[in-house]
Amino acid sequence: MLVPLKWLKEYVEIDLDVTQLADDMTMSGSKVEGVERLGKDITGVVVGKIESIEQHPNADKLVITKINIGEETLQIVTGAKNINVGDYVPVATHGANLAEGLKIKKGKLRGEVSEGMLCSQEELGIPNNLIPEELKDGIWILDQPYPLGVNIFDVVELQDDIIEFEITSNRPDCLSMMGIARETAATIGSSLKYPEVYIKEEEDTTLGVKVKIEDLEGCTRYIARVIKDVKIEPSPLWMQQRLMKAGVRPISNIVDITNYVMLEYGQPLHAFDINYVEGNSILVRKAKNGEAFKTLDGVERQLDETMTVIADEAKGLAIAGVMGGEESEITDATTTILLESAHFNKDKIRATSKKLGLRTEASSRYEKGVDANLAAIAADRACQLIEALGAGKVLKEKVDVYPEKKEKRTLKIRHQRMNGLLGTNISIDEMIEILKSLEITAVLEGEHLIVTVPTFRDDLQIEADFVEEIGRIYGFDKIPSTMAKGNIVVGGKTNGQMIEDITKEGLLSLGFNEILTYSFISPKSVEKINVSEDSIKRNFVRLLNPLGDETSVMRTSLLPNMLEVLSRNINRKVEEARAFEIGSIFIPQREGKDQLPYEVSNLVIGMYGQEDFYSLKGVIEGLFNRLGISGLDFEVEKNHPTYHPGRTANILVGNHIVGIMGELHPQVMENYDLSKRCYLAELDFNLMIQFTRVDTMYKPLPKYPAMTRDLAIVVNESVMVKEIEKIIQQQGGDLLESFQLFDVYRGNQVAEGSKSVAYTITYRHMERTLTDEEVNKVQEAIMTSIKEEIGGTLRE
Amino acid sequence: MEARLKELEQQAKDEIYQANTSDELEKVRVKYLGKKGELTEVLRGMGSLSAEERPLVGKVANIVRENIENALQEAKGEIKNKELQAQLQKESIDVTMPGKKVRLGKKHPLIKGMDELKDIFISMGFQVAQGPEVETVYYNFDALNAPQNHPSRDMSDTFYINEDTILRTQTSPVQVRVMENKKPPIRIISPGRCFRNDTPDATHSPMFHQLEGLVVDKGITLADLKGTLEVFAKHFFGDQTKIKFRPHNFPFTEPSAEIDASCFKCEGAGCSMCKGSGWIELLGAGMVHPNVLRNCGIDPEVYSGFAFGMGIDRLVMLKYGVDDIRLFFENDMRFLNQF
Repeated sequence: MLVPLKWLKEYVEIDLDVTQLADDMTMSGSKVEGVERLGKDITGVVVGKIESIEQHPNADKLVITKINIGEETLQIVTGAKNINVGDYVPVATHGANLAEGLKIKKGKLRGEVSEGMLCSQEELGIPNNLIPEELKDGIWILDQPYPLGVNIFDVVELQDDIIEFEITSNRPDCLSMMGIARETAATIGSSLKYPEVYIKEEEDTTLGVKVKIEDLEGCTRYIARVIKDVKIEPSPLWMQQRLMKAGVRPISNIVDITNYVMLEYGQPLHAFDINYVEGNSILVRKAKNGEAFKTLDGVERQLDETMTVIADEAKGLAIAGVMGGEESEITDATTTILLESAHFNKDKIRATSKKLGLRTEASSRYEKGVDANLAAIAADRACQLIEALGAGKVLKEKVDVYPEKKEKRTLKIRHQRMNGLLGTNISIDEMIEILKSLEITAVLEGEHLIVTVPTFRDDLQIEADFVEEIGRIYGFDKIPSTMAKGNIVVGGKTNGQMIEDITKEGLLSLGFNEILTYSFISPKSVEKINVSEDSIKRNFVRLLNPLGDETSVMRTSLLPNMLEVLSRNINRKVEEARAFEIGSIFIPQREGKDQLPYEVSNLVIGMYGQEDFYSLKGVIEGLFNRLGISGLDFEVEKNHPTYHPGRTANILVGNHIVGIMGELHPQVMENYDLSKRCYLAELDFNLMIQFTRVDTMYKPLPKYPAMTRDLAIVVNESVMVKEIEKIIQQQGGDLLESFQLFDVYRGNQVAEGSKSVAYTITYRHMERTLTDEEVNKVQEAIMTSIKEEIGGTLRE
Repeated sequence: MEARLKELEQQAKDEIYQANTSDELEKVRVKYLGKKGELTEVLRGMGSLSAEERPLVGKVANIVRENIENALQEAKGEIKNKELQAQLQKESIDVTMPGKKVRLGKKHPLIKGMDELKDIFISMGFQVAQGPEVETVYYNFDALNAPQNHPSRDMSDTFYINEDTILRTQTSPVQVRVMENKKPPIRIISPGRCFRNDTPDATHSPMFHQLEGLVVDKGITLADLKGTLEVFAKHFFGDQTKIKFRPHNFPFTEPSAEIDASCFKCEGAGCSMCKGSGWIELLGAGMVHPNVLRNCGIDPEVYSGFAFGMGIDRLVMLKYGVDDIRLFFENDMRFLNQF
């Protein structure tokens, strides 16, 4: 909403400078987006009269003019085509500054002296899109004689401050000069002057206009006025100026007046050429399904019965509240008009506008909400301006169909509640004053204020709404800052949130960067990670209106996004990367569309560079150790299509599979254009949380020495170390403290097809020093089992 | 005999003086003081002395032994020191060579920002609450008093799964879920992912992050909201930060306000970060609308509350000077390594 300050001052006295006013308005709830100081830098432009026009001797396209600016007559060379002797024009004299930093100096144009410049509207700072068509090209011809040589800004209201307001959806009343004036008066404690509306209504003749509202749901009020002897011509400069400054392009007097009143009061008006209104009768009815109608933008539109049309006895004239018809539009030939000032249902206008894809100034105002009681004053104001501008004669005849008048609402509010919710100590008298400044009358009745709310304030429905009104006019900045009192609440994180923090901290300390990717992915990603036809990962929660196929389903795995991130980094020549993400995967519930999907927290780890399977495995082991998860185990997985069949393991805790880890399958590497081997782990983070034990109990440090033995065993290549370790574990019994694999050897010193696996085994008794005999016995038992169970021998 | 002892002492001292290493010195010690050492030999010969001579010579012998021992000790210290110096000299390295690489990971900047915010509110007694990313229209809109025709419900704004299910556009539904399940006092924050039907560009992302807060108890006022947010802003942006409450309109709250913080870069003077205004739009807030309390089974006549919500992504962009929101979701390691 653009508000020219000079226009605003017509309704409310303002002594503040515009910056202060803007701040004050923002702080009372009418947010100022910006202030444009129109014509601020323009100087040296005066009113001049064209005395003569002669052809330039040396240039076909130029003329030499003599311009009377009062005290002197200037010679000015111009290329303008739209000037005539006797025209009054703005003249930029020597030393003048114009819009866009243009400076004017005396000089010669093709050999002839030129002492200034004749100005267009654009050169005086008016945005090109707001300049009336007929004035777009060429010099601005002023509408009437003005004193010669006076500053142009003394005769046209061009230098002004334009305040741009952001109007919230609850305050459609503020989409008007009157609304802003009302807020201004309340904010700065000034009084409001309404325009004096008076119509002479000199014409007694009657055309017998009839109005019938058939669609009472769509239309609650319809006023029709008739104006005859209409003369369509440009509106006067002052009106054009105001319209332009408010962002509306002047067209012609009648259209300009309807726009002017709409800006002033917020009530859309429409003018029909009555010649095209058959029987001079207006019927407001539902459109028929399939009814075709050509709007004034020349587009043929298909209507349906949810829409309201303004019609005559035979045909449609306008889509109610949205746009008029091409046929009944006023033209230069129009002599009698029917002026409509009506109130339409906002929800129906919104639906119609949306369905037709047609949004107009009128429809956007109706859908936000217009006060039905505005229609009469707006119609009268338009008639007054028509008379004042000599644009036509207003007939006495007037039709106002308003079956259910909207009355002011009366509510009871508790004054104590105002201070109780604001945390203030505002007196009852001050509350009443504040409400009065907003045209709300308030009468004290015991505990209550009986408030009567004007019909333009539909937003004030409940007690809480008045808390805001009193608070904002009193001043939010005057409300003290306190801390909430009351019962103790223990803040903090849940157990799961804390475990997530520990996990992240663990991974960060292992050199992993945390990544963050979209919750939605491409459905094709399951193909790219090679999952089987019957995989549950293909069962997606799908978006109805995705941005594109790439982001059309909720992810069932964190892997595809991780692979994209790794691929992006490899392709950007990032040498190495370690990354992880914790996020949800989404699994549809089997039944019922109102059932939300399961959201399961997952952890994905990915890396490339100086890495191999075992560096990833070390990370998993380190992480699980940090989380105090016992029973971590790995088992061979040869059949997961995403992973390398010889380099993949399921991650187990006890008997539960909590995830999978391994090297990416070459096929998947190719699908993601990965030129380096990548190692990945996918884990069910919810399960990890369940197994996490972070509340550890201290174990005393050992008092007695340990005994360590090295053991090198030769076994067949096919034997997995896990089998050896199982035996060490079993046979080691209580004395076994730990064991550590330190060497795997293949080569000359062992038979072909065999390998030597070497361990350091540590034994300890917590209550005494061990003897050699005891340990030897255990070592022998281990070797015996190794021989018997896996055919291993002691390496000589 | 006495003379022989003096001579030995002198010999020993000379040899000690000439010794250059611990090994040489040890040889000298064995030569004179060892079991078969020369001084020992001399002392063994004391048996042949008369009873009168024996104590006198014994005394001299002891002095000589002590002297030799002392000389040895002294030399030992010197030689050890010399040897240490030599060793240190030999072991010196080029300390300007690069350190061995240790990788430490970095938190994602958005999560880092979110964690900072969480910690501030936890210190004020807030609990961290979470909820689903796929939400019902009821929790995301209806229960929060959003009008049926509110544009944010349009398919051009919100991602739909079906007519009743959407991707949440805010984390406020978590607040509703908490209010439904817990009696006041309530003091929670709900951080998390949100979604909006926006095509990605430098300032828009279809996925973004919010942190919302809710306090419900007896006697909660707008003044309490002001105090809480002031503390928050000072924690997050620094002690000199001021905040400004501008009345606004949200369906979820009444009264409602938008809150600006004085620009942390120029401290209110006006700079490129705050577009010259001296203020940065921080968040939306207000007193919980009585309809919302009622929808959640809380009696607005007994309890009142305040709520606030902020976008994390923009705040983090401002804080670190990130000029394109898409960088957050590209996860280029060279970007992440900077935080």
